[in-house]
Amino acid sequence: MLFINSFLFCGAVCLIAQIILDNTKLTPGHVTSLFVVLGAFLDSFSFYDKIIKVVGGGALLPITSFGHSLIHGALAKANVYGIMGIMMGMFDLTAVGITAAIIFAFIFTLIFKPKN
Amino acid sequence: MKVEKYEKIAKDFKPETHKIRNAMIAFVVGGLIGLLGEIIIEVLCHYTHISRSSAGTIMIVIMIFTASLSTALGFFDKLVTKCKCGLLIPITGFAHSMTSAALDYKKEGPIYGIGTNIFKLAGSVILYGIMAAWFFGMIRFLLGGRI
Repeated sequence: MLFINSFLFCGAVCLIAQIILDNTKLTPGHVTSLFVVLGAFLDSFSFYDKIIKVVGGGALLPITSFGHSLIHGALAKANVYGIMGIMMGMFDLTAVGITAAIIFAFIFTLIFKPKN
Repeated sequence: MKVEKYEKIAKDFKPETHKIRNAMIAFVVGGLIGLLGEIIIEVLCHYTHISRSSAGTIMIVIMIFTASLSTALGFFDKLVTKCKCGLLIPITGFAHSMTSAALDYKKEGPIYGIGTNIFKLAGSVILYGIMAAWFFGMIRFLLGGRI
């Protein structure tokens, strides 16, 4: 069941993004930024956590999950350290993704030559 | 030449955008990426007996690795022009934007080329992600919410 949910959810997010991209003057940069904000908004009342429970891996992949992990880590730390915890925990969960992206991007840039 | 006349001629030469076809391609490709992610999680959980959340982390690293490598090899750009949002909205698009920006400015040197431009496209995602998470996090915290 999780497989079907993953397919439908991840596909639906991409479908909405594609419709916004085709019917407005927004660029892909605008759409991805918009979806990160949307992910953070959905998790501010723990709605995205419920989606992840139902959908599984498919909900971790879209860029909305990036916004969700930012606010989730921030609030988890805020429970322990108070208001400064929001800043302390901001990168707790997203650190893996950002660090991996930086490392692989840098290594592959050094190895490969740009095409055309 | 009058403006209306120009627009009429330009309209004939504009490449037709197939909105419905684009949307269906984005749905199928995005769905397949989500399905692949779930399959990787299930396989990792089944064979290595790690928890579901750490399997999810490893899955994201695998996806970023694949996207970076295929961008550097040059065929990810062609796929993006065909599938558009199907590949840009999943985390693969984030990795793709960083690797392609770094590769484009490689000739300008390691500091002012790669260093200043690696976040050129991904920077907006991080900036607005953090601003939104901070803003909504403050609201949630001040309302007394608990995760």
